[in-house]
Amino acid sequence: MNDPILIFKICLVIVLFVVSLLIAAYSTYAERKVAGFMQDRLGPNRAGPFGLLQPLADGVKMFMKEDIIPDTSNRFLFIAGPAITMITALMTSAVIPWAPGITINDMHVPVQVADINIGILYVLGVVSLGVYGIMIGGWASNNKYSLLGAVRASSQMISYELAMGMSIIAIVMSSGSLSIGDIVAGQSGWGGMHWNVFVQPLGFLIFIICAFAECNRTPFDLPESETELVGGYHTEYSSMKLGFYLFAEYVNMFISSAMISCLYFGGYNFPGMEAVQGNVHEIVFALICFGVLFAKILFFIFFFMWIRWTIPRFRFDQLLNLGWKVLFPLAILNVLITGAVIIFL
Amino acid sequence: MQSLTNRSKVVSNKQLSFAERLYLPAIFGGLRITFKHMFKKKVTVSYPEQQRDHGRIYRGQHVLKRDEQGRENCTACGLCAVACPAEAITMIAGERKKGEEHLYREEKYAVEYNINMLRCIFCGLCEEACPKDAIYLTDRIAESNYERGQFIFTKDKLVEGIEQDKRIDVSDRRKAVRNGAM
Repeated sequence: MNDPILIFKICLVIVLFVVSLLIAAYSTYAERKVAGFMQDRLGPNRAGPFGLLQPLADGVKMFMKEDIIPDTSNRFLFIAGPAITMITALMTSAVIPWAPGITINDMHVPVQVADINIGILYVLGVVSLGVYGIMIGGWASNNKYSLLGAVRASSQMISYELAMGMSIIAIVMSSGSLSIGDIVAGQSGWGGMHWNVFVQPLGFLIFIICAFAECNRTPFDLPESETELVGGYHTEYSSMKLGFYLFAEYVNMFISSAMISCLYFGGYNFPGMEAVQGNVHEIVFALICFGVLFAKILFFIFFFMWIRWTIPRFRFDQLLNLGWKVLFPLAILNVLITGAVIIFL
Repeated sequence: MQSLTNRSKVVSNKQLSFAERLYLPAIFGGLRITFKHMFKKKVTVSYPEQQRDHGRIYRGQHVLKRDEQGRENCTACGLCAVACPAEAITMIAGERKKGEEHLYREEKYAVEYNINMLRCIFCGLCEEACPKDAIYLTDRIAESNYERGQFIFTKDKLVEGIEQDKRIDVSDRRKAVRNGAM
């Protein structure tokens, strides 16, 4: 790899890192704002104009709190838990294509940290690593609430990963590639509206439900259900370790929104794309596409919050019933239908 | 059995229909409701900047009144402290010296007069007990503090100012107490 491309990739990594953290920080603010508005309240509005400095204040508070490591915990694993959660949360964004490729030194470079040809498998792999952070943290706390939360998290994630994988398989079948870059590029037809959500509405429904479960968001937030388990897997955590867990949840939400946008909502594709492409510079066009993808991501983050402040939590048996008896068979049915359509039409 | 009100509901144990078991229509209904609420008028009152009106006879922070000539009414008789169900009031009585006639109305006065605002329940029994028209509750809100000691309000916080413009109007409250309308 020659130098300009390497520099471009390194810049992209840094930008992505900062953007993910920034989005996560402001998601906490947005969540409280959205919650407030949906409950006819104002939400945080004291720190800075419209309360915009609230994430900063929260961050400072998190750092200032006393960091307690319980006596009976496994010290190493207790510290490793939040770290693993945070690392895996940040890793997934590497394979998301942010914009169509640009040309550097006469070489076509995708705006993507790593355009690996098994991008989807990578995402599934990293996402399932994420459960280790929660499991290890919950187990190492040596607290029954933490352990219950961790056990719930792992069984929930394993159950929903199946249906999620199956719904992705239908996408892979129809687009014929495991690379997310190819899948997004393949949705540019129909004047930029050949989005998978119109081709695979059932798959989209399954995927988004599973995405909620994977992110431990309401209505599937049983691992930390504060009404039953105090704080779930992070009961014993304090200070910035707790901050990492909470932060990782929002990073995950951001990445999930990005995945939903890329797999089902055409990624950076938008209607009237070809007309714009001919008229502006390549880099400007890439920026426009990035903006479009970002708007989609922000909408889905809002959707996550919207759902959270609308729907109550499932009971655990209902959660597993939904995962195994409804979503999983439906996902398999979706794969069969997709296969039949590909073969016979 | 005949119901006495029309408010009772018949509870049924029927199975959910297929559409209901899909949950999705209900979820979209819920999403519509929460979305509508985003644009509704907010009920929040941004407190320190924006304050709600109190009733005319609101029972807030106490005031120790002066008479028209600016002399303290209180004679430290202790009836308010006796009447106080929360035992929030304490005082030390003293004798008026020569040359202090412009400060205290009668020969005996309260050298110290403390109200523990953490104990006070703002019931207004002290004003009812007071024979000297000295203590009244006002529509001011008792300020908050960071330390417990600062919640014991002393005379410098309780006695109204001597200047006419620093007097605190308690006419509504006085009328309410005299009419027995607490």
